Amino acid sequence: MSIAWQAFTPWSALGGGALIGLAATVLLSVNGRIAGISGILAGLLRAPGDRAWRFVFVAGLLLAPLVLHFFAPGVGVPPAVVGAPDARFLMLAGLLVGVGTRLANGCTSGHGVCGLARLSLRSLAAVAVFMGTAIVVVFVLRHGLAGAAA
Amino acid sequence: MSVSQMNEHAPLAAAAPATAGARALGLIGALASGLLFGVGLLLSGMTDPAKVLGFLDIFGAWDPSLALVMVGGITAARIGVMLIARRGASLSGLPVCLPPKRAIDVRLIVGSALFGAGWGLAGYCPGPAVVSLGFGSSSALALLVGMLVGLWVVPHSRPRR
Repeated sequence: MSIAWQAFTPWSALGGGALIGLAATVLLSVNGRIAGISGILAGLLRAPGDRAWRFVFVAGLLLAPLVLHFFAPGVGVPPAVVGAPDARFLMLAGLLVGVGTRLANGCTSGHGVCGLARLSLRSLAAVAVFMGTAIVVVFVLRHGLAGAAA
Repeated sequence: MSVSQMNEHAPLAAAAPATAGARALGLIGALASGLLFGVGLLLSGMTDPAKVLGFLDIFGAWDPSLALVMVGGITAARIGVMLIARRGASLSGLPVCLPPKRAIDVRLIVGSALFGAGWGLAGYCPGPAVVSLGFGSSSALALLVGMLVGLWVVPHSRPRR
């Protein structure tokens, strides 16, 4: 293991993270709801009533790049991906994300931020498993099975 | 009232019909939260799949930045958790809906493993995928198509009481 210091962005990571947590604090204290993106999206697809706040929240997510661009042009939007995976690969990855987060009742936001902030053991287990699996998948893709056996 | 008490009581509390004022406040809160959440994801680097994969690649040239996103996020979210525990109600008067206490079960572990696999394949988790659609990423669009199908096909799990 080596640390990529040139890619390390501690302040924007900490500051951006704090905004994410602040967003969760706003939704919890004003609306009484957990800011879990997969759950909010699933509710938008399936919940019979109670759709309005979810719709408005997702609209906020979609508008965020525009709003940030207005105040700080060029900040936050990553460069176009070079050699991006093809659409079928991305859809498969998305399918795994969708099925997995629904089975687990949460993703990086619901379990990773809100759940851990609530000191939930279930969320801690979820985070350990999805981070661990993601690390293994990236290892296999980037360093190959030969590396895993070594 | 402690947080653990809230966990048990909140889902059982009978929801009074929300007033128009409470609903309006709720919509303002949800919009503000969505915007803040999206800007936070953009600033933190979570909407850059290359950076996410660089964080997950702990055996390569590891970029530890996203660990700090979690530290900042959990710390700031803790404020809301403590506020709601102390107050016992939301600021708008809308009912507090916290996930009920449940055991760590097979469904949680299998689901988290599938999610982790998808996250590791493409570097997108749900929030960044939605935000990236907002700046016109075609990769995020393809991923979202798969994700919404996935969210749609799995039935909601009802907690056992």
